[in-house]
Parts: sequence; C-alpha cells; structure tokens
Amino acid sequence: MHIFKFFKRLYSSSKTNPKICIVGGGPAGFYAAQHLIKKLKNVQVDIYEKLPVPFGLVRFGVAPDHPEVKNVINTFSKTAESEQVNFIGNVNVGEDVSIKQLKDAYHIVLLTYGADKSKTFGIPGENLKNVISARNIVGWYNGTPWNSNLDMDLSGESVAVLGQGNVAIDVARILLSPIDELSKTDITQHALEKLSNSKIKKVYLIGRRGPLQAAFTIKELREMLKLKNCNTVWRKDDFSGVSELVSSLARPKKRISELMLNSLNQMGTSGSKTFYPIFFRSPLEILGDQVVEKILLGVNRLEGTDFLSSKAVMTEKREEIPCNLVITSIGYKSHQIDKDIPFDNSKGVAINENSKIEKGFYTSGWLATGPTGVILTTMGNAFGTANLILNDIEKEGLAVTLKPGFEEIEKILKVKNTQLVLWKDWLKIDKYEKLKGKHVGKPREKIIDVQEMLKVAS
Amino acid sequence: MALNNILRNTLQGFSKISYKSSARVFSTSIPQLNKKEVEITFVRASGERIKTKGKVGDSLLDVVVNNDVDLDGFGACEGTLTCSTCHLIFSKKVFDSLPEKATDEELDMLDLAYELKDTSRLGCQIILSEKLDGLEVKVPATINDQRSS
Repeated sequence: MHIFKFFKRLYSSSKTNPKICIVGGGPAGFYAAQHLIKKLKNVQVDIYEKLPVPFGLVRFGVAPDHPEVKNVINTFSKTAESEQVNFIGNVNVGEDVSIKQLKDAYHIVLLTYGADKSKTFGIPGENLKNVISARNIVGWYNGTPWNSNLDMDLSGESVAVLGQGNVAIDVARILLSPIDELSKTDITQHALEKLSNSKIKKVYLIGRRGPLQAAFTIKELREMLKLKNCNTVWRKDDFSGVSELVSSLARPKKRISELMLNSLNQMGTSGSKTFYPIFFRSPLEILGDQVVEKILLGVNRLEGTDFLSSKAVMTEKREEIPCNLVITSIGYKSHQIDKDIPFDNSKGVAINENSKIEKGFYTSGWLATGPTGVILTTMGNAFGTANLILNDIEKEGLAVTLKPGFEEIEKILKVKNTQLVLWKDWLKIDKYEKLKGKHVGKPREKIIDVQEMLKVAS
Repeated sequence: MALNNILRNTLQGFSKISYKSSARVFSTSIPQLNKKEVEITFVRASGERIKTKGKVGDSLLDVVVNNDVDLDGFGACEGTLTCSTCHLIFSKKVFDSLPEKATDEELDMLDLAYELKDTSRLGCQIILSEKLDGLEVKVPATINDQRSS
C-alpha cells in the first residue's frame, strides 16, 4: 500500500493532473470547461461564480420571451455534472479570494467573468431621473439581484432607446409586448407588475449610422415586425440610396435590408403601439427639469466609401424628440475585479493576446473580446481558448508541479465564513424556482434576493 | 415542429410494418424500431470523414445527437431555430433535391453562421428520407478551428 502510494506520488510529480480554475460561471466559462474536460481526461476544472446561481447572461441576459436560447443550459448542466468539474457559487473573486491565491492554488486560471458594466455617452443630462441603462432594465426583468429595485417610471407615453443593438431591441420589445405574452415567461414578478401598468405607446430606437450599418440582427428585427398590436414606422428619408445598393450586398446584409425595405413599403396603422427606428442621429443632450422631457439629437451623415466601415459625421442640423424615459444601450464593458488582472480601462477588457494574459493566465468571452456577438461567437472563442490552454499545458509545462486546487481555496473561504453553493445546492434552487413558477403558470419564478437563494441552497 | 416530426415518424413507421415485425407484437414501439436506416457521412473542415447512420424521419441534428458524433457545440439550441451551430453545407445536387426549402426563420439564423454558402442549411431542419441514403455533408469549421493554435 505504502509502496503504491510512493510510486503514485513519484509518477504524479512528473506529470500531475492539471488543475484549472475558471472565474465566472456564464457561457464562456461553461463552454471552455466543456472543451477542456472533453480533450483532457485527467483535468480538474473548478468554476467559481460570484452569485449562488450559474449560467451568467443565459439566466440574466437572454430575454424572457426567448426561452429556446436558454436550451444551452442543458449542455452546461451536463458539463457541471461531470466528475471532472466543480461548480462553486457565491464566491466573489477579488473580495473573498484573490487572483494571486487562485494562481498559487491552480496550474491555470481562466477569467470569464464577462462584462457587467454599461458604457455611457458622457453627455449632459445623462444623470436626470428616468435615464436608465438598458443593462439595468435587462437585469430588472431578468432578476439580477442588484437591479430589483430599479427606479423607473413607465407612466409616460414615449421612450427613446439610444443604440440599435440586440439588447436595445430586446428592451424595446419587452416594453412594447402584450402583457399576457410576457406573463407566460420567466420574467420577474416585479417587472410584470410594473409593465402591466405601463402607459408606453411609442419606442424610438435611435442609431448613429444608417440602415445598412444597423447592429441588430434579422431575427430580432423580424420579431419586432411581427409583434402583436404594434406597428413599425420607419423614416423614408433614412433609406435613400439603400434599394439601389441591395443587389450588390452579401446575403446576410441583403436579406436584412430587404426586410427593412419591405416593411417600409407596408407600414400599417392598426396597432395601438408604435416602434420607430431612427437612423443618422447622435444624442447631444438629454433635457428636462429633474425628469427627462426630451432629447436633443445631432443629425449625421456618413463618410467613407465602404458602407460597413463608414463613419457618422455630425452636421449642423439638430432634432428634438419629446420622451419620458431614455434608455442608453451602447454596450457593456468589463471591470477589473482584482489588481492582479492587467486591464484596459478604455476598452473595458482584460489585456490579452488571443486569450492569453500571461503564462498560465487566460481570459475568454466578453471580458477578453469585448461585448459583441451571439452565443455562437462566445462558444467559438471559449473552445479556442481551451485549445490554447491544452497546447500550453504540454508546450510550456504548465502542470508539472503539484497544486492543491480547491482544497486550498476552501480553507481560505472557510475562514471568511463564505457559504459555498455547489452544484447540488444549485439544483435545490432550480427545483424551488420551477415549482414556484408552476403555481403561476410560468416556467420558473426566479429568486431575486441573494439571501433567499442561500437559504434555499442550504 | 416536434409534433410534426413525431407525426411524420409514426406515419413513416406504420407504412413500413412488414411481416417480420409481427414476431414482435409485444413491443409497443414496433413502428419506431422498424424505420429504415440510411448512411450519412459528415466531412469535417480538416477532410476527416465520420460515417454514421440515421433513421428515416430523424433530423440530421438527431443523427449527431443519437450517434454521439463528435462535432463541437453542434445543436446548442436543440433544434429550436435560435442558433446556427448545426450549420451544414450540402452539394448543389442534394441541396436542390431537398423537399422542404429553408424558411425565413432558418435563413435568418444561417445569416449569422460562419462560412455561409449558397447550399448551407441547418441540420435540425433536414429530415432524413430513403432518398438521402449515402448523403455526404460538410461541417464548416467553427472559429476555433480557424485560429492557429
């Protein structure tokens, strides 16, 4: 027996089981873990998550009326249930445990904690009441704990959404959707109650550039066009020159442009709500006496020959749009959770070269690339990062010494009295939420409060 | 969609009950078990060929799932037309012969796929028929394959 142990130790000191720590239990983290355990049978992967619940933006970002997109959770759950993977929730890296401590305990540290802050315009009036970032609204209807008490007034008729990405469209759609459609989703109860008293009739979706440069994708646009009781109204002038260009475009751009042009030619007036996409406008100032009253926009024209890279240049012309709520939606950015993460504050990403920060230290997903792309993009990026790690384990000998892994981190967390939420504990929360949802005809009623999550998990 | 498939499977199954199957009267799922199998070959970007079989009435996504075909991240949304991870590229001849043309919703998703071709389809929307026996489809490289690592 002792001899066996001796040999085992001798063997493992020359080639140990790589211990990998992933910080952030969202899509990037889970996809990276999935690829690592598939390619390397002796690897141990521990996923640390700040909240007691897993899946990051799949839970807190994907719109409640897009349940199909959340099917990726099934694959993530399979990964989490593998013997090679530990999910450790309710651990705030940077506070409960430092990056240095993780680096000491693991052969490899991979950061996938995403982008949880919003970019701002930096224009006057952005601090007025009822100017709210799309991120906070998404968090509010999806149950992000710190967004539950969002101070938002929906008693006015019109809303200006600044930005034209899919998040902007998601928020516009949720504000314009019939309430009985939303009540069948896993939208939070507080959002449902407030939305059912909403007086919103018009939502403007304002972008700097033109229809050919619009950031939203065709599926999201088609959904808006099909939205019950809601008309989409375009400005004819925004489309000058577009139809002449359509035939020369590559298929994806061509199809979305044709969809917009078709809709432009068939604008209806039957619905009681209206969705107004507006192009070639940049916000200059949000005006109002304490509360938003209107928004001042600069009129842009495009400069450059290639339509994809053409730039918006502001002219002298101005336009004012009265509105009661302004939603800023120009993207997310990450933040530095620990001083030992090299960070680019202007771009809002961890400084990395093709996912690598330094030897044994990596990043993937939106923290690495910035907040763009659909889940396919994040998946590809995470698989790529995992491949790089696997190569480096061999090439750079990343796992030659013995490392304690979770054993060591657990000691640190114990001293701090952190209640760990392991996968089996999450399953209790999951079961509880589904049961609670069943009583009200929803697939799930999310727990909003972290303390309540921890109570159910214990 | 799912209901359609079940209906289609069942009908196809019933039409194929043969005398042989009468020996298995105790099974309640005779029609399903007797569905004809066709051969499918997935060709990876690297040229590697993966030969497998699928039942008539199954989708190409079902084939990948049921046979554990090793294609990374394939079918992330599980056939609900909300992603493009089951993107496959067909030969012109087979593409033209497919009985159901792509819907707007399928094309919307394909527009987000890498390496989109004129003969691209989503595997979850392609239902196997006997005519597709011997089918060869190309699996596009995901971005991680294209990255030099």
